[in-house]
Amino acid sequence: MAKFKGAIVVDIDRCKGCEVCIGACPHDVIGMSSEVNIKGYKYSYMVNPESCVGCANCAVVCPDGVITVYRKRIEQ
Amino acid sequence: MKEEVLSDIINVENLVYKKTPLMTDNILSYCPGCGHGTAHRITMEVLEELGVWKDTIGIAPVGCSVLAYEFMNVDMQQAAHGRAPALATGIKRCWPHKVVFTYQGDGDLAAIGTAETIHACNRGENIVIIFVNNGIYGMTGGQMAPTTLPGMKSSTSPYGRDVHIMGNPLKITELVAELPGVRSVTRQAVHTPGNVRKAKRAIRKAFENQLKYKEGLNFVEIVSNCNSGWKMTPVHSNKWMEENMFPYFPLGDIKVDGEIVNK
Amino acid sequence: MGELKLMKGNEAIAEAAIRAGVDAYFGYPITPQSEVIEYLMAEKPYETTGMVVLQAESEVAAINMVYGAAGTGKKAMTSSSSPGISLKQEGISYMAGAELPCVIVNVVRGGPGLGTIQPSQADYFQAVKGGGHGDYHMIVLAPASVQEMADFVTKGFDLAFKYRTPVMILSDGLIGQMMEKVIMPEHTPRWTDEEIIEKWPWATTGKPGSRERNIITSLDLDSGRQEQHNIHLQKKYKEIHENEIEFEEFMCDDADYLFVAYGSSARIAQKAIKLGREKGIKAGLLRPITLYPFPAEAIHRLAKQVKGILSLELSAGQMVEDIRLSVGCDIKVEHFGRMGGIIHSPAEALQALEDKIIGG
Repeated sequence: MAKFKGAIVVDIDRCKGCEVCIGACPHDVIGMSSEVNIKGYKYSYMVNPESCVGCANCAVVCPDGVITVYRKRIEQ
Repeated sequence: MKEEVLSDIINVENLVYKKTPLMTDNILSYCPGCGHGTAHRITMEVLEELGVWKDTIGIAPVGCSVLAYEFMNVDMQQAAHGRAPALATGIKRCWPHKVVFTYQGDGDLAAIGTAETIHACNRGENIVIIFVNNGIYGMTGGQMAPTTLPGMKSSTSPYGRDVHIMGNPLKITELVAELPGVRSVTRQAVHTPGNVRKAKRAIRKAFENQLKYKEGLNFVEIVSNCNSGWKMTPVHSNKWMEENMFPYFPLGDIKVDGEIVNK
Repeated sequence: MGELKLMKGNEAIAEAAIRAGVDAYFGYPITPQSEVIEYLMAEKPYETTGMVVLQAESEVAAINMVYGAAGTGKKAMTSSSSPGISLKQEGISYMAGAELPCVIVNVVRGGPGLGTIQPSQADYFQAVKGGGHGDYHMIVLAPASVQEMADFVTKGFDLAFKYRTPVMILSDGLIGQMMEKVIMPEHTPRWTDEEIIEKWPWATTGKPGSRERNIITSLDLDSGRQEQHNIHLQKKYKEIHENEIEFEEFMCDDADYLFVAYGSSARIAQKAIKLGREKGIKAGLLRPITLYPFPAEAIHRLAKQVKGILSLELSAGQMVEDIRLSVGCDIKVEHFGRMGGIIHSPAEALQALEDKIIGG
């Protein structure tokens, strides 16, 4: 069965820390930073990158369009 | 995950989602979690996918999205409050082969611009109207809008909207659906991935209709949040929207191909 | 060679618009200018030249349709009468701010409020001082004949595109309603879409890959940039002052007294001058053709020659303020004018000159 591994790249300085992506992620991949960005917002990042399947739900729902998504097929 | 594994995935050939170049790199002026950004983005994605962005003219309203032209990378004109459908009429009548859309909020479209909205719809102007309804005047600081819910607090209804004094929320979307000039009417949301995908399909259909049929207006309402105006966190505001806005403004198609499908 | 016709002023505007290659007219009925849209609807130029004619739901909508069309580089115009022009001020201010060309016709009726439907010149302040909000001016042309109603359409669009600014044709119910012979200009073809894209690189015609997106807006939240924009507008108005003042002198060479009057009142003043000369009163007329820019220097020059100036206006006295600012010497400057739709007679005008200037 084919399996997908995914990863997201967050444009940190454009993230406003709204956390909408967290709830949109079906695999609890995303969390909020303890640091703040240039605008003073906490930003989202992959706390649990192993679980990301690259479904892009987070990017689709991100109001600021700061998430870029990659997905790779891994044969098992 | 090890760095080398990540770098193996983060590779241009594995790219599945990236902000469309039809959104500029300007940082959105919207509050964190505001649905405007998503509504902008999916509109631009549709124009990119349809390949019509070179022939598109958009109209920005007055309200939070007054600066939409800073973010949408197509030719844009900024309208006076409520007048976007009149501008769009002038543009589309002069350039009938161009793709013309307005992007308006509830105060703009359903209060000060009611006449322009209804008459553009009634004339069947061959345009798309994207109507973002968050039940409040966001930019001016959270005043009562024509779509503010009964009992809902705002800075000009601080004890809640009393419908006996302030009137009822205006379901302008249902109202315009009755007009023969309107080809399609739908109400969507953009707060979850599923809703975003549905809303994008609806917007795509609206633009396809504009391109395919040379007459008829296509109207897309997006019920959205205003966490600043509602004084909630973004995530909480989305939940509140589902529980309070959606019962009053139910999602789904209202008119398809000129026929009312859901009253 | 043009074509000789007998027409109402309002019809002349409409016919001239078709012949001038205007792309779009958006209007709303109001007395005494409804003939403009009636004529256009009857002529159906959308079937001949391709000119768009649309009856809007309100004056507000009509001017904003013009705003949209003008943003795309098309020749767009509207017409109305006083109460309707008040409603259009929003759009006019936006177009001045966004620097868009258009022509707006005001066939003035008596005010304030709903006022009356008879002729008046009481919208002078509104037309030349701004009218809407913000620091702006329109070029204001004042036709005194049906011929000028026709001629000023082309002239208006030439100026509007030259300076990227709204132009107003400030007429009145008399010029709008009266019939006169008029030589209509030859047909000028509408610009093609390709010509517009070539001529007006600022227009929102769809963004090709080869240029940045065009944005038509009057908004800039950055105060520094907004001030610079205002400075730019003021420079433009200065340039308009330097280049575009137009006026006409009638029997001024030997004049001891001067009427200053525009539009209908200028015609009445001419007759009053003839009556006066029969009595030995040597009066002349300066007729501003452009009310903005105002012929201040011409008035200043004539003020050194004459003993007094009477501003003849169908109003309580509006242009007289600009005349007083122009004279720059100590001579008598007074106003005479009927209001509420009543038109002064030449005899009344002459009597006013005698009472207020010669004898006063």
